[in-house]
Amino acid sequence: MHASEDQILIRDAAESFLGDVSSSAAVRAAMARPEGHDPEVWARIRSELGWCGLAIPEALGGLGLGAPELVLLLEQAGRHLLCAPFVSTVCLAANLLQQVADESAQARLLPLIADGRLQATAAMPATPDWASSAASLRAMRTASGWQLDGEIARIPDAGTAGLLLVLARVDGAAQPALFALDPSTHGLQLEALPTWDATRRFHRATFTAVALTTDARIDAPARSADGLKRAAALAQLYLAAEALGCAQQCLDLTVAYVATRQQFGRPVGSFQAVKHRCAEMMIRIESARSGVVGAAQLAATAADTTSLAMDCAMARVLTLDTQFYCAQEAIQLHGGVGFTWEYDPQLYFKRAQAGSHWFGTADALRAEISEALLS
Amino acid sequence: MTEARPALPEDELFRAEIVAWLDAHLCGDYEAVRHRGGPGDEEADPVLRRRWEQELARGGWTCVGWPKAEGGRGLSIAQQVIFHEEYARAGGPGRMGHIGETLLGPSLIAWGTPEQKARFLPGIRAGTEFWCQGYSEPNAGSDLANVQTRCWQEADGSWRVQGQKIWTSLAHESDWIFVVARCVPGSKGSKGLAFLLLPLRQPGISIRPIRQMAGGNEFNEVFFDGAVAEAGHIVGAPGEGWKIAMGLLEFERGLSTLGQQMHFLHEFELVLDAMRRSGRTHDAQLRQRVAQAWCGLRAMRYNALRVLADRADAGLRREALIYKHYWSNWHRELGKLAMDVLGPEADVVSDDPLIRRLQQLFFFSRADTIYAGTNEIQLNLIAERGLGLPREPRPAAA
Ligand SMILES: Cc1cc2nc3c(=O)[nH]c(=O)nc-3n(C[C@H](O)[C@H](O)[C@H](O)COP(=O)(O)OP(=O)(O)OC[C@H]3O[C@@H](n4cnc5c(N)ncnc54)[C@H](O)[C@@H]3O)c2cc1C
Repeated sequence: MHASEDQILIRDAAESFLGDVSSSAAVRAAMARPEGHDPEVWARIRSELGWCGLAIPEALGGLGLGAPELVLLLEQAGRHLLCAPFVSTVCLAANLLQQVADESAQARLLPLIADGRLQATAAMPATPDWASSAASLRAMRTASGWQLDGEIARIPDAGTAGLLLVLARVDGAAQPALFALDPSTHGLQLEALPTWDATRRFHRATFTAVALTTDARIDAPARSADGLKRAAALAQLYLAAEALGCAQQCLDLTVAYVATRQQFGRPVGSFQAVKHRCAEMMIRIESARSGVVGAAQLAATAADTTSLAMDCAMARVLTLDTQFYCAQEAIQLHGGVGFTWEYDPQLYFKRAQAGSHWFGTADALRAEISEALLS
Repeated sequence: MTEARPALPEDELFRAEIVAWLDAHLCGDYEAVRHRGGPGDEEADPVLRRRWEQELARGGWTCVGWPKAEGGRGLSIAQQVIFHEEYARAGGPGRMGHIGETLLGPSLIAWGTPEQKARFLPGIRAGTEFWCQGYSEPNAGSDLANVQTRCWQEADGSWRVQGQKIWTSLAHESDWIFVVARCVPGSKGSKGLAFLLLPLRQPGISIRPIRQMAGGNEFNEVFFDGAVAEAGHIVGAPGEGWKIAMGLLEFERGLSTLGQQMHFLHEFELVLDAMRRSGRTHDAQLRQRVAQAWCGLRAMRYNALRVLADRADAGLRREALIYKHYWSNWHRELGKLAMDVLGPEADVVSDDPLIRRLQQLFFFSRADTIYAGTNEIQLNLIAERGLGLPREPRPAAA
């Protein structure tokens, strides 16, 4: 449960890099761009820093590290509200490929992601698993391969991705099928969503008789039931780490502000009513951090899927609640400036609300946990 | 930590050893005190539980974390974790000796004289001498530095103590008390204090029980009227009492927290049992709360492992700083959840072992956020030490 030296290096490097390239001003500039991120920063992340390959096995061109290291990066990404298709490429697409795809697709695609040549993405479901996104998309066998019809409500960074991974239901099959396709495929329409949280871009995808060849289907059916559960659990964990970083930044911004803002002749942070609320934020953050670190350690062992899913859901529940709580407290404890566009709490507040249903709400995750406990 | 790395073969052997020992010894008469005792249930057969402490000691299972040179078992942290887990899993009785074992003993090991160690450690280890903690006074609670109990040295070097302590847990079951008292007349605050060790059974000490909200008498008022401590029974120098008293509190955040967690897990499972029994397993709101409690339990476990992974500067680390507030509030919530799971049944004083346990949990957990630093004091500490926010105004020490 203790960060190794390598892990500390990874975290510190991420912190200093993102402190430079993802400052408040940089985030605001990225938000204003049509693609929603700075392509130069994204290119540096992919090539110079090699972050995309961190958790990809060495045999597939990655660094062969895992969840414990990735969560450290993601925490920093959340803290600095990094605007980049990193989460979509690594936490959704590469994760799905690793857990669900067959070996040949893994061998073809993961090295491209690892060395930064490929930006990929997948659906961001509003339920704790990917099943909901598969429910609205239907795949039918055709003479030449497959035809896809339906829609996917939310795909992050689809506007700039080179590869789209989609889950679709197949009549008569228990498990959804995983397809890899080019976002410019004929019949696929992407519609950008003007979201309040502009730090992560989403598209709605409509599929009208999208024709794919047989080899576009890339799941390994024997692994897919368990693999989909593991992939969803890991995605929850990664989003939890990002949310943790957001919460931490809300606390740091707030502490810095209340320690200097003077009223009644003293820093407002010397009033117990304010102090205690900062302490309360810290308690929630540190306990959530323990949850994230613990779940990530578990993910690095050969834990069974149910235990992993429960621990990742735990990490997600705690960070979701903490993230919103801290964002709301940050606004309140900043007073009037907390309500302005200029100060950052609003950015974290919007992110907290947007993220509140990525892979299910905290309530939905609690419902799943209670099912596992009581069944 | 147990999850974080594969267990070493010797750790697994050790686990088998403690499991087998408990299996062979926690039976017969002792069946009656399995899962019994501990805060909120201290009146459960103290005589039998004293005997159990001695049974444990004979097996070498008291003071397992003390260094071997001090009569302990010198277990590694990983093995102490295993010990606490298995002890709690087996329903080992609440430890009557925990104040001596986890608070006074480690303090004597750190700051005691060789004579003090030779005199007191064996009794703690053998389960023959029990200790209580005499810190709080009627006017020194959160503001502990305001203690008014006085002490002075007689010509023969022995100490006399005059004053009153309050809320002294288990004083009525204990043999000795450690006391913080003012040795410099007119001194104020944390200066001028002494840390003394006194036998409770002496003419200068009287103990009066205080009835708690759940009806039991687990704590007391302790009155000192010229009570005597031997010359050699002061820990640290006169005037160093505060340093010792605070150092001792650091030990409160020790490994025993992992045993506490197994205990919490057991209580959580009792709540699930009660939910199944009461037929409320489909109540969506209760289910939400059960899941939330489970999440807290996991986070606490991982938090404790984080604390233990680096004990060097435990007092300064963020995860250590938040821990007391987190577990005590979690426990309180669990108590309320237990009552809501029971519904109207919770209102009736019950002999049913499950219901009685949960009722105790409900009532006693109200104290968790008061003793060992109240919620509000914890928040002050976290804000000041963890976040560097301005300190509370304090009266200047004279
Ligand atoms: C079950 C139980 C067992 C105990 N066992 C022992 C024992 O064995 N030995 C022993 O020495 N003591 C023991 N105590 C005493 C315990 O340590 C004190 O009760 C505790 O320190 C609080 O002190 P107090 O009761 O005087 O409350 P007070 O300090 O009077 O507090 C009253 C309220 O004011 C709040 N408050 C006080 N100061 C501040 C501040 N600066 N900022 C904000 N809020 C503040 C408190 O948080 C609390 O809500 C025990 C208590 C309980 C309940």
